[in-house]
Amino acid sequence: MSNVSNKSKQITAARALVNCLALEKVSTVFGYPGAAICPFYDELSKSNIEHILVRHEANAGHAASGYARITGKAAVCIATSGPGATNLITAIATAYMDSIPMICITGQVNTDQIGKDVFQEADITGAVESFVKHSFLIKDAQDLPETVRKAFYIASTGRPGPVLLDIPIDVLRTDIDFDNVKYMEQVDIRGYKPNFHGNKLQIKRVIEAIETADKPLICAGGGLFNREAYKLMRQFAEHADIPVISTMMGISALPTEHPLYYGMIGMHGKGIANRAINNCDLLILLGARVNDRAVLALKNNDSLKVIHIDIDPAEIGKNLPASIPVVGDLRAVLEQLLEQLPKKKHENWKKLLKTDTGSDTLDMPSKTDKINPKQFINILNRLLPEESVIVADVGQNQIWTANNISLSEHGRFITSGGMGTMGYSVPAAIGAKKAAPEKEVIAICGDGSFQMQMMELATAIQHNINIKIIIMKNNRLGMVRELQQNLYNNNCTAVNLDGSPDFVKIAAAYGINGDYVTDIKQADKALITLLASKKPYLLQINIDENEKTM
Amino acid sequence: MPTSPRITTQKEYFMKHTISILVENHAGVLSRISGLFARRGFNIHSLAVGVTENEKVSRITIVAEGDDYTLEQIEKQLNKLIDIIKVRSVKGSELLSRELMLIKVTCTAVQRPELIAIAELCGAKISDVSKETVTLELSDNEARITTFEELLKPYGIREIARTGFIALQKGSGSISS
Ligand SMILES: Cc1ncc(C[n+]2csc(CCOP(=O)(O)OP(=O)(O)O)c2C)c(N)n1
Repeated sequence: MSNVSNKSKQITAARALVNCLALEKVSTVFGYPGAAICPFYDELSKSNIEHILVRHEANAGHAASGYARITGKAAVCIATSGPGATNLITAIATAYMDSIPMICITGQVNTDQIGKDVFQEADITGAVESFVKHSFLIKDAQDLPETVRKAFYIASTGRPGPVLLDIPIDVLRTDIDFDNVKYMEQVDIRGYKPNFHGNKLQIKRVIEAIETADKPLICAGGGLFNREAYKLMRQFAEHADIPVISTMMGISALPTEHPLYYGMIGMHGKGIANRAINNCDLLILLGARVNDRAVLALKNNDSLKVIHIDIDPAEIGKNLPASIPVVGDLRAVLEQLLEQLPKKKHENWKKLLKTDTGSDTLDMPSKTDKINPKQFINILNRLLPEESVIVADVGQNQIWTANNISLSEHGRFITSGGMGTMGYSVPAAIGAKKAAPEKEVIAICGDGSFQMQMMELATAIQHNINIKIIIMKNNRLGMVRELQQNLYNNNCTAVNLDGSPDFVKIAAAYGINGDYVTDIKQADKALITLLASKKPYLLQINIDENEKTM
Repeated sequence: MPTSPRITTQKEYFMKHTISILVENHAGVLSRISGLFARRGFNIHSLAVGVTENEKVSRITIVAEGDDYTLEQIEKQLNKLIDIIKVRSVKGSELLSRELMLIKVTCTAVQRPELIAIAELCGAKISDVSKETVTLELSDNEARITTFEELLKPYGIREIARTGFIALQKGSGSISS
């Protein structure tokens, strides 16, 4: 059966929507049905587009997010009206905070019932207003194709982000004219004209600043993954011999072992990266919005010059004042810069960083019989294939992974950076694996966060998605517990996870193999089995519950 | 480093700004804009909406209070809204701004001539008269509207309705130029 109908003819808007997705080259979508979205599912099932049935709508969004981060294109998630749509909200907010291109399709009640509080009605466009890039409530079926085209355009250009399409069921059922050729015409939205190239004068000022700087430093952000700009960043850093640090979103933009890389900054970042940012004389922010947790480390430094290159003018000067702002697409701006960039050597500056005496001991052996998670990650690093995607959840497990994982130039680190949404790793890994089946995709989470997403084991099994899961079990909401120890007089409350199941047995109940690691000596063997498995596999590692985040 | 962004929520230099916005004439646009102001802590003093010379485009005029950092953020965030075509904040001195006020005051037959004189002096119109009240209308700038209100206070103000300010740039310039 063909995906796309020929020529202009009358079809239902539901059918047209499926055709639009096919024309946008969407091959996989993530969703969960319900009455209001049924006309669309009916048509979707007749197309070549694969539907991944998740077990909770939030996870449809997270899976789409993981998929989008690997493909670099807008990914699609679907939910029904009312509770389906509201369940999706956390995922939309999570994607918004990390600038992930996403199309969220929600069913809606009949047009003439909107506003009457009928069964399963929710004002979803109103509810998500503050964390979508844009939203459309499609009231006229004939507008659907053009609206879908605009949605993809808005989601994936400029600063990417989620766009919501809310479609009443009667609209989906209405016959409309649909024309493939017309659909593909260029979109023009007069209120939306994202900058692309950097201003020439500003580019010149950037070059001059780099020319004269003695201690320049690049701070790599998540924006570098758009259009593979990170590859140009590497050329840029190598050519001008500029050390690189990253935000959490920017991890893996440069290979971890690259001689110019000094780790993640911020509240939970590496000491050396935080000291570098305070000692540099020129800070070059590339697609990083340097949020409060990231800039915390930056002490007042009056002589510091800041170059901020970002696609979103609203990010420039928001958290950190910029001496030289450049608004534009990072890849385009880096191309412009590479044309004029002087060849430089910064031996003294690098020597200063190298001889940094602060300590960042990461491989401390555990004091108890339990496992030191940092040491465990180091063992994983030794065994990890070149092409791996690591999806870290939220909590101590996230920081241990972020600070210790070693990824090659083909590796990728993914996490919920801006929102810190627990329960992100497994569904995002499912999405990432769908996008890159050839890569090893591993979700690393805590025992708390795993219990927010363990229903997705079914999704992985049902759709043969070969993800691997590592649960760092400390029987605590570790990061909150640590906060209570440090700031609330050791009053550790509501952080004990007694009552948690045996996760290996849970996996077995879904038909997923797994194993326990209770002693670091078992780690090698267990990880080799995990990596060799051609089916989903789960490891429960019993880590030292007293291990500190930093 | 150049001047630092505002970190405290303290009310420093809260200046009034007039922001003119051209938007697509769609449902939901106004809620996106007012929501943005609320979220970013920018207090709306007045807000007026109406269509422009092009029926598909509305003009929203907002007078708001905030410091320069917040104003810059608001402008940038407004520009990110897809339905917004143009944003321009203009200094008071470069603006021709007007607000319409309806004001109902207590006024006996004896007091009427006096009130009519005040209205004439201020360029206001008598819009409605009853046995014990008079309703006046005045379209003017902020200072003169305030003066007018002050002058009427002694009579006893029953009710006031104001439209919020609308504004255009002085001279031949326009929001799009
Ligand atoms: C959805 C959600 N709820 C609550 C939090 C607050 N929170 C941050 S870290 C954390 C603890 C996570 O515990 P666990 O998953 O066991 O990981 P650990 O810190 O022990 O590694 C919590 C509750 C959050 N980030 N996300």
